[in-house]
Amino acid sequence: MAAGRIARSAARRRGGGSALPGLVAERVDPDILTHALAGVPQVVVVTGTNGKTTTTKMLVALLRAHGREVFTNPTGSNFTRGVISAMLPALDRQGRMHADLAVLELDEAHALHFVKKVAPTHALLLNVARDQLDRFAEIDHTARLLHSLAAATTQGVVLNRDDPFVARIADDPDVPPARYFGLDESVLERLAELQEADVRFEDEAPTPGLGAQDVLLRPRDEREFELVLGDGSASGPIVLRQRGLAAMINATAAVSTARLLLGEAFDPAVAGAALREVAPPFGRGEVVDAGGRPLELVLVKNPAGFTVALGTYGATPVTTMVAINDRDADGRDVSWLYDVSFASLRENGVALTSGIRAYDMALRLRYDDVEVGGVEPDLAVALDRLLADHPDRPLRVFCTYTAMMTLRRILADRYTLPEFGEDAPA
Amino acid sequence: MRLQDPQKPKARITLVHLYPREMSIYGDLGNTHVLATRLRRHGYGVDLVDHHPGQKLPAGAHLVVGGGGQDSGQARVEADLEDNGPLLAALARDGVPMLMICGMYQLFGHDFTTVDGRRLPGLGILDVTTRGNTKRMVGPVALQTPFGDVVGYENHSGSTVLGPDQEPFGQVVAGFGNNGDDGTEGAVKGHVYGTYLHGPALPANPAFADALIKAAVDRVVSRGFEPEELDDTFADQARKRQVARLTAVRRRGLRERLLRR
Repeated sequence: MAAGRIARSAARRRGGGSALPGLVAERVDPDILTHALAGVPQVVVVTGTNGKTTTTKMLVALLRAHGREVFTNPTGSNFTRGVISAMLPALDRQGRMHADLAVLELDEAHALHFVKKVAPTHALLLNVARDQLDRFAEIDHTARLLHSLAAATTQGVVLNRDDPFVARIADDPDVPPARYFGLDESVLERLAELQEADVRFEDEAPTPGLGAQDVLLRPRDEREFELVLGDGSASGPIVLRQRGLAAMINATAAVSTARLLLGEAFDPAVAGAALREVAPPFGRGEVVDAGGRPLELVLVKNPAGFTVALGTYGATPVTTMVAINDRDADGRDVSWLYDVSFASLRENGVALTSGIRAYDMALRLRYDDVEVGGVEPDLAVALDRLLADHPDRPLRVFCTYTAMMTLRRILADRYTLPEFGEDAPA
Repeated sequence: MRLQDPQKPKARITLVHLYPREMSIYGDLGNTHVLATRLRRHGYGVDLVDHHPGQKLPAGAHLVVGGGGQDSGQARVEADLEDNGPLLAALARDGVPMLMICGMYQLFGHDFTTVDGRRLPGLGILDVTTRGNTKRMVGPVALQTPFGDVVGYENHSGSTVLGPDQEPFGQVVAGFGNNGDDGTEGAVKGHVYGTYLHGPALPANPAFADALIKAAVDRVVSRGFEPEELDDTFADQARKRQVARLTAVRRRGLRERLLRR
């Protein structure tokens, strides 16, 4: 424990490196997780390809608004070592955590590593999409990871009703009782832009029947929606600070899980008020004040995510840049850019492409007949050009993970920005 | 289709994409998009046909494209491939250009032996055999080919060996290629190309794309392929930068090995 604390303060002095103290602590005590979480009544794991960070944040906000004491891992530390690092300062002298709940966002592969140490009481499984195929090799494999996690969960799982990879998991008798979240029929036609085809089975997966406690999303516009329960009753409207269908689905998943965890104590009015206050996690539609001009950073990392982001933002008249890197954290294979349609950018064009694969991105856009104003692989130079050449309109940058980190660092040097892992100011 | 055909197309080309649902998880649909778009930009009309399992393959196909899939996807198309195999083989013999990526490249070979020893028969259009491996060959690739430098990204566990008279598509400059051992990548017989390259393979390699288009058009029109001047600046930059990057990595690795000695 002490070793972990020392490593943590050392990492702080170095500035960053959130996994290091966890690594040290895990070496010193391999069962640190088991021990620390033994006294926490409810341990909830949130995983899936898209929306982990936003959904976890919303779920934690919902639970805290109901007076619960919640431990959670900060954004971006979704490997087990990151969880341990975040945990260290919250442990007592015996190395135990005191909280009503632990809500942990975990990477799909690391979720399985985690359950070897701790059996979660509950799991929220969001979706399975193509993402970093060079790491997980196949989406079928990711689906199996989620299935194993569900089977290791002790009390209840919350599943995406519209994702056949996820919905099928409930068929396994080893999986605890399932509740579902999903789309109301009024928006079902947008499933195609969200959902991968599951070709493992001959038959189309039947959508599971609707239980009284299941929660469906019925949007009113891009950030206002109602929630419809399986019994037909509706609550809302709820308004989010983050725009788009993806954010509303995340909120639906979070509410569905909060209902399961809180039972009778769940209060729709408290939930609505809590969700209204949740700020977008950084890089997920975060708006930076760039010298009086709004600059929006939109993280894109796979076809489903990019397609939904374009559906949300594509046609609005802003100056757009797309920055694509291909480091490990971005996914080294950029093939997926050809599984996204960029037609919605045709009307306004793209001012600049940037990042290591700037020319590949420009080429991709040209094959969708999107005009490209310029190509500048260097992110700092590209940002300067974007700010200097386009003084009038708001700016939007679609970027992969490491491109976003670099851009954010450059912006932080010039303008006031919240620290990595902290919330954007209201 | 999104793009309007040219006013008076020089000819119409039927472009068939095999199994877009089951065998296209790594952006390989981009190859079809590139071929269709370049055909139109060169002044030809395009009839795009998505071929799904259980359907009859159009006998008048002029250009055939297939992609990579997961094991579940390969299993899903096996029966259809057996039904349509003789027609595909006849089209190939007749000079119809085809581009088969990754999983479909393997299925165009003689057979595929899985890690646990099961033998899955292929079409035998290309003289290659593939054996499943526990090790995955994943990463960026640069090749030297008759079309110059070609770049892409490979992600396969199958290890492919060429028959004695089988020509490779290219020589590996960076990456694993067919098997990580003999420096070959892909296979070509007549106008049928098999390769492990995603990326997708065609956008950054327009000379290769136009060679497929030329082979298709030359069969259909007696005047032969009459290309327009297309601006490939972005493609050329993307490819050159990737080649420079990958060969720099290789040189650095070589220097380190020499220094360690």
